[in-house]
Amino acid sequence: MARQVKKIICIVCPRGCEITVEIEDGEIKSIKGYTCPLGKKYAEKEVVNPERILMSVVKCINGDLPVVSVKTSKPIPLSMMKKASKALSDVSVEAPVKIGDKIIDNLLDLGVEVVATRPCNEERRAE
Amino acid sequence: MPEGITSRSYDVVVIGGGPAGLAAAIKAWEKGLRTLVVETRDRLGGIPLQCIHLGFGIHYFKEDLTGPEFVYRFIDKLIGTYIDYTVKSYVNKALYISPFEKKLEIITPRNTEVIETKTIIYTAGARERTRYEIGITGPNPAGIMTAGEAQTLMDMYGVMPGKKILIVGSGDVGLIMARRFVLEGAEVVGVVEILPYPSGLMRNVQQCLIDYGIPLLLSHMVTAVKQRDGRVSSAIVVEVDENFKPKPGTEQEIECDTIVIATGLRPRTKLLEELGARIDPRTKGPVVNEYYETTVPGVFAAGNALIINDYVDYAVEQGEIAAEAAAKYVSEKGIKIKKPVQVELGRNMRLIVPQILTLTNDALFYGRVAKPEENVWLIFRELGIQIPQLKVLPSIMIRQKIRLDKLEELIDSKLTIEVIPRG
Ligand code: SF4
Repeated sequence: MARQVKKIICIVCPRGCEITVEIEDGEIKSIKGYTCPLGKKYAEKEVVNPERILMSVVKCINGDLPVVSVKTSKPIPLSMMKKASKALSDVSVEAPVKIGDKIIDNLLDLGVEVVATRPCNEERRAE
Repeated sequence: MPEGITSRSYDVVVIGGGPAGLAAAIKAWEKGLRTLVVETRDRLGGIPLQCIHLGFGIHYFKEDLTGPEFVYRFIDKLIGTYIDYTVKSYVNKALYISPFEKKLEIITPRNTEVIETKTIIYTAGARERTRYEIGITGPNPAGIMTAGEAQTLMDMYGVMPGKKILIVGSGDVGLIMARRFVLEGAEVVGVVEILPYPSGLMRNVQQCLIDYGIPLLLSHMVTAVKQRDGRVSSAIVVEVDENFKPKPGTEQEIECDTIVIATGLRPRTKLLEELGARIDPRTKGPVVNEYYETTVPGVFAAGNALIINDYVDYAVEQGEIAAEAAAKYVSEKGIKIKKPVQVELGRNMRLIVPQILTLTNDALFYGRVAKPEENVWLIFRELGIQIPQLKVLPSIMIRQKIRLDKLEELIDSKLTIEVIPRG
């Protein structure tokens, strides 16, 4: 089977090392260009199943802002990012919301939670 | 502490309640200074409130946080102190009376207050460069905005600014917004960058553009914007040569309904200039010493108002240094100068802070190179200090601390910082 060379940029830290992964018959033959062990681990995963954390906003009812920011508790497959983001556009929560509050238990059965990353207080009514 | 101005006089007034200002205020309070924070928006927190992506706090908290998570750690801490703060408030006038007396006129939603302070820490952040500064002139249809404005709309207020987006500039905010647009269902037709390399971090090129197949047009610029019924309808994009001159015959018209300008930030300095602070034409921020004190005694600067930073962690660090300096200023009646030293830019250095030294404190330098290079020395010439660097890039700040015991060896009245190839 074919030999494949994949170039990827490590996103684990701001340094952004360019890592070259050599694949032969579906097996990793060599990994070059990483500066630290985290990069090697990332590259091994990235060539097989790239994953990302999704960050977005959901509607907040009666909040002092109309939306509250959220993230997935763990990375999800990159191929699911658009679908997962779309799913969040139908979600709304009621103020008040605190940082870390669970918004969704299990997003699209991916086995990840969605948690709030910004507080949203109840809207102050005009006196 | 509830919001409000409770006193006529303070030891320090922090102007700007973003990360640098919050960190400065907390440090100043810990040092026993009577502290007031003045913030123009309706809440404390500054720009990270709308930066809902990860990447904050890796240096400071050794954790990867989103902007709001990062900044709320400081807000929660501040709320637990007796630091005064006032939001929706604006310093309208600043007057330098004497080294220990500055007068500030602050407009709040309740009234206009005139207060006195011994010191000021200016942390008002930066403004975004506009379309006019990058040469996109002509009519002003709906649909042209800065990346920060788009971010405020989407991630604070949940409003989509458009459907078909062209981003001008490949700085990190532009890249981050490209991903946000795509995930919210818009199409990003391209990111146009005049330089032959991206201005943002490579990890953002990967996770914001490559991940979603967004084209990055390097060595390209927008020369004109077309409109239909008062809304942007397309942009004329052209390839440029190494002198940024359009290459004939490379023009293309790219259809879009929104143009997002993400071409970098400029420190906000209006009030500092009013106070008489000297501005550095390179950083576009104030000239400061190693206390981040401007050329006006007792007026300090930190965060993006001092120098455009890569990481919020740096802004926080500068805020803390400025606050410690303000405490020293108050208790020791000013910052003494042992020997005035001019910091000079040598080969491949584009900008640096601090620009002057008093030789009475450790110096934490932040700088940027002019062009990318590999395998170089970062050299502090008159001190004979050489630090090897694998790679230097204009998009990655150089941060280097030089301790006072080293600085004291300086015989000259200048210190040249330069980048020289190794070997
Ligand atoms: S390999 Fe290590 S140093 Fe390089 S970007 Fe990845 S995490 Fe950072």
